[in-house]
Amino acid sequence: MEFISPEGLRLDGRRPHEMRQLHAEVGVVAKADGSALFEMGNTKVIAAVYGPHEVQIHSQQLHDQALVRCEYSMAAFSTGERRRRGKSDRRAMELSLVIRQTLEAAILTHLMPRSQIDIFVQVLQADGGTRAACINAASMALADAGIPMRDLVVSCAAGYLNSTPLLDLNYIEDSGGGPDLTVGIFPKLDKVSLLQMDSKLSTDLFEKVLTLAMEGSKAIAEYMRQMLLENTQKLAFARGTLKR
Amino acid sequence: MLSNKSFVRKTRHGRVIKVVREHYLRDDISCGALFCPQCDTSKAALRQTAENILVVDTNVVLHQMDLLENEIISDVVVLSVVLEEVKNKNLSLYNRLRAIIDNPTRHFFVFANEHHKDTYIKALAGETPNDRNDRAIRVATQWYQEHLGPSAKVILLTNDMDNRSKARESGIISETVQAYVQSLGKPELLDLVARSDAMDIDKNEAEDLRPNKKAVVYAEHKVMSEITAGLHQGRYHQGKLRVNRYNPFVAYVGSESVGEEILINGRQDMNRAFDGDVVAVELLPQSLLPGSQAVKIADRDDEEEEEEPVGLVPASADDAPQESQVQENSQLTGSNRPCGRVIGIIKRNWRQYCGSLEPMKMPGGSGGNVHALFVSADRRIPKIRIQTRQLANLIDKRIIASVDSWEPNSRYPSGHYVRTIGDIGDRATESDVLLIENDINSRPFADAVLACLPPLPWSVSDQDLLHQQRQDLRNLCVFSVDPIGCKDIDDALHCKLMPNGLYEVGVHIADVTNFVHPGTPLDEEASQRGTSVYMVERRIDMLPKPLTEDICSLRADVERLAFSVLWEMTAEAEIVSVSFTKSIIKSSAALSYVEAQARMDDSRLEDALTADLRNMNRLAKIMRQRRIERGALTLASPEVKFEIDTETHDPLDVGMYQVREANQMVEEFMLAANISVAEKILKHFPAYSLLRRHPVPTPNMFEPLLRTAAAVGVHLDISSSKALADSLDHAVGDDPYFNKLIRILATRCMTQAVYFCSGELSLPEFHHYGLAAPLYTHFTSPIRRYADVIVHRLLAAALGLSNLPPQFRDRSTLTSISDNLNYRHRNAQMAGRASVELHTLIFFKNRPMDAEARIVKIQSNGFIVFVPKFGIEGPVYLIGKGASKIASGSTSECSWVVDEEMQTVRASDGNCTFRVLDVTHVHIEVVEPQPNRPKLQLTLVS
Ligand SMILES: [Zn+2]
Repeated sequence: MEFISPEGLRLDGRRPHEMRQLHAEVGVVAKADGSALFEMGNTKVIAAVYGPHEVQIHSQQLHDQALVRCEYSMAAFSTGERRRRGKSDRRAMELSLVIRQTLEAAILTHLMPRSQIDIFVQVLQADGGTRAACINAASMALADAGIPMRDLVVSCAAGYLNSTPLLDLNYIEDSGGGPDLTVGIFPKLDKVSLLQMDSKLSTDLFEKVLTLAMEGSKAIAEYMRQMLLENTQKLAFARGTLKR
Repeated sequence: MLSNKSFVRKTRHGRVIKVVREHYLRDDISCGALFCPQCDTSKAALRQTAENILVVDTNVVLHQMDLLENEIISDVVVLSVVLEEVKNKNLSLYNRLRAIIDNPTRHFFVFANEHHKDTYIKALAGETPNDRNDRAIRVATQWYQEHLGPSAKVILLTNDMDNRSKARESGIISETVQAYVQSLGKPELLDLVARSDAMDIDKNEAEDLRPNKKAVVYAEHKVMSEITAGLHQGRYHQGKLRVNRYNPFVAYVGSESVGEEILINGRQDMNRAFDGDVVAVELLPQSLLPGSQAVKIADRDDEEEEEEPVGLVPASADDAPQESQVQENSQLTGSNRPCGRVIGIIKRNWRQYCGSLEPMKMPGGSGGNVHALFVSADRRIPKIRIQTRQLANLIDKRIIASVDSWEPNSRYPSGHYVRTIGDIGDRATESDVLLIENDINSRPFADAVLACLPPLPWSVSDQDLLHQQRQDLRNLCVFSVDPIGCKDIDDALHCKLMPNGLYEVGVHIADVTNFVHPGTPLDEEASQRGTSVYMVERRIDMLPKPLTEDICSLRADVERLAFSVLWEMTAEAEIVSVSFTKSIIKSSAALSYVEAQARMDDSRLEDALTADLRNMNRLAKIMRQRRIERGALTLASPEVKFEIDTETHDPLDVGMYQVREANQMVEEFMLAANISVAEKILKHFPAYSLLRRHPVPTPNMFEPLLRTAAAVGVHLDISSSKALADSLDHAVGDDPYFNKLIRILATRCMTQAVYFCSGELSLPEFHHYGLAAPLYTHFTSPIRRYADVIVHRLLAAALGLSNLPPQFRDRSTLTSISDNLNYRHRNAQMAGRASVELHTLIFFKNRPMDAEARIVKIQSNGFIVFVPKFGIEGPVYLIGKGASKIASGSTSECSWVVDEEMQTVRASDGNCTFRVLDVTHVHIEVVEPQPNRPKLQLTLVS
């Protein structure tokens, strides 16, 4: 299948190094301590953070650091075919684990011993790149909740189809069967916290695709920072601490 | 800008889902005009000097490709909406369109109108997709005119009347293809305009000229929905139609649902299907099974009686006529093959055809539009009705035509003229026809391909010498043995007696992959060509000449890079160890087979090279003997060799190719190298190896051979290749040529060996029947076969010298590569054979002569003879049209009694009897039953 026309346009009209349209909002769930909505094109993810609060199951309490829990789910209406998906299917379990580990690396857990932080992530609409969108949404929700972090975690996917590295695959490209990888980085520290790829790719190509995904992540980081800044300014106005 | 496209789609499980896709609209898409002040012109193609900028609609692309391919059409905008529609409707046309777009001299430009913010339109309520696309084309055309302003004249080419009038309403200049071509002032170009479209313009003219307009000749095709339903219910069967190469009135459809081939008898039942079309077939009830010849005669009456042609002896079962085999089978076993008739065509396989116009009287006046019948060189293709305004120019030319349509009320399909190749009978033209018919690319290599070659003069560099993984074997006495005058030497050998009493034997193959790197234009081109093609008078290379004849050729006294297979062998030719390495060699002699043989035979010569040759020959003989004991077949095919005049390229003499011991020696070591390499790569890449297999022939493939042998009292055991080899050895008659003849007949019972990807089959299927080898591949000729290039890469990866190219990690890619190689290989062979046939014809044109012949088959109207000296085979008619007058000797009124069971034919007066495998004498001459259609004819000499 031809994913990129010889004229250099992808099926949806993007060029290989272009990302889909980004949209983010914080504070979308009033009850939560922190929340965010994150959209990459038609992929739409909502995240809510509760905590830090007391550990619910006492035996799980960690005396030197905070307990981070994560629950990932997909809304029944998130794909074309309406289907109820459990929280405990294997894909959901794996994703919960990946999101928890990636974010745990960013949270300064040692500052909050014997406490618990809950992260809930739900996919509202799936169109490829849900893994990256979930991490970005959760990362913003954590920031919104005021949880101390080393840096924002930002994630982006890239793939390799028709002998071309492509940034931010949508669903059709994702099911094209080519190698695709998801990377999560700390943009300020310039460190990688997540790197996942399921298929084989020669080392030099891998290098190229990885660089592309990291560049994409940095662009997303820029956008996320901006959104958070705007939100903080809005809050500051509301409190009256900041004057125009 | 963002727009969401949403549509409803049915899933495989029958559920209906809504699909939403993002659709980005851009403002950075350039218009492609070189003179545009606003857009990026780096990839632009449309020139200011062009009189018009043309925009074409989908139907123009679908029906007028031959016109678009003509150079007169340039500066064309191809809208992405058109491109997408063409791609969905006809992939081969899409590829042809892409080829034009990629050609920078044609000035075609693809405009992504669907992603441009000003030209993207949403479908209106109630608008059909077709109407929406037509409107999109008009909007884009209008945008172009406004964008480019008065500096250019933009014309929308469309044959759709409604579209044209709507375009004119909104101020767009719009023309029909016909009118536009007419305005160019070159009437002969009108021949290129496809008929189906031309018809709706000058319907009256067309109607008058077509004979029996009212008569319906063929049944209407069923509509697609009915076909789909019928296939689903099992009433109809789907398959690819294959027309018999030797009898175009018989076709077969391989159907999975029936489990065997369905026979389609006669043009009526073929119902306008072409060879290669995917068709839907309905089985005929038993009562209509063959035997009722009436149907056949009815649709044959106007075609001239088809005679079997005189041609080269078939080299394998793939070349032999299939039909005779089939008929005899059904007679013998009494099994009825299912018969069917085509009720619809699912996918057309129309391509361009080479041929000439059927001779006809010149109509009065000149320059008028006349109808003519085009006769394809490929006998499987029916005659095609074309219109031309240049009949006088075309009548003695070889031309290319393509098909536009075939209506049920027309006996012949209608098509149009594409281009002229040259004069009929001209050697170069006829050769070109062979190349085109076999889909062989004989164009010179493109600049991008030549740019991949290392600079000349090339020599081994210090870098190569110091390379850790390259062994320096320059001290070895390496030599090559090839046919006289061979310039592309891809293999060399050495043989050294070691102190421990073992022999070190090496096969050194040109290191082509050191120069041909995966993914380069050079590699792509070689992969497409697949093999070099050997015609009688020329060679069409797979790789450019500097590589084949210089850089890679293992010539004498120069240092060359090689890929070597090294064995340690005992004096009894038992392999003790094998190793593989990249190497540097310096050949000490490039011998011809004749020279090598002479050296070995001359007992006075005692030099080191001759000693090595003799040692090798001794080892080779043992290896060959062992191979034969394992059951390898020594088959025979009469290879003909022409002596060609260097000036005129006409054949001077013809003779059989002589096989010497030296040939067999080289062949033996090449086989051994191929087997060793096959074992090595399969061990490392069990799923991704490219191997070669030779399928075991089925018993009924041997049927004709067994019957012939039985008629002369020879029993052949076909239970295994070993049994066959033994019984072939015992098949000796009084006549010294008898054994060879039986072997030639045995060879043509087998199919060809094929390449395959090891992941697609299981180990027992890898077997090579002819060589009696469990594993085999091609490693020894990378200069002229692409399969060997792949195997070189696999071996290098297996040795850890390089990475395996990523496409080899994909089984389906490897399978499609091997399919292409099999196709190219087969075509190269067909072209080579056809080239020999062509030169045989030229040879006999001025030299009719008598020759000894063997009867290989008795049939109802005479027999088939084989002429060993020239390697040709053809019918001698005793009965009916074309029967030879002198055959019966004195009594001219004599009749013949044919006994096909006993394979004899006897004169009724008892004077004369012919039996199969008998010796007879024939007269060979070229006759021209129709002007410009020379053919060989064999007649009996009394
Ligand atoms: Zn422009």
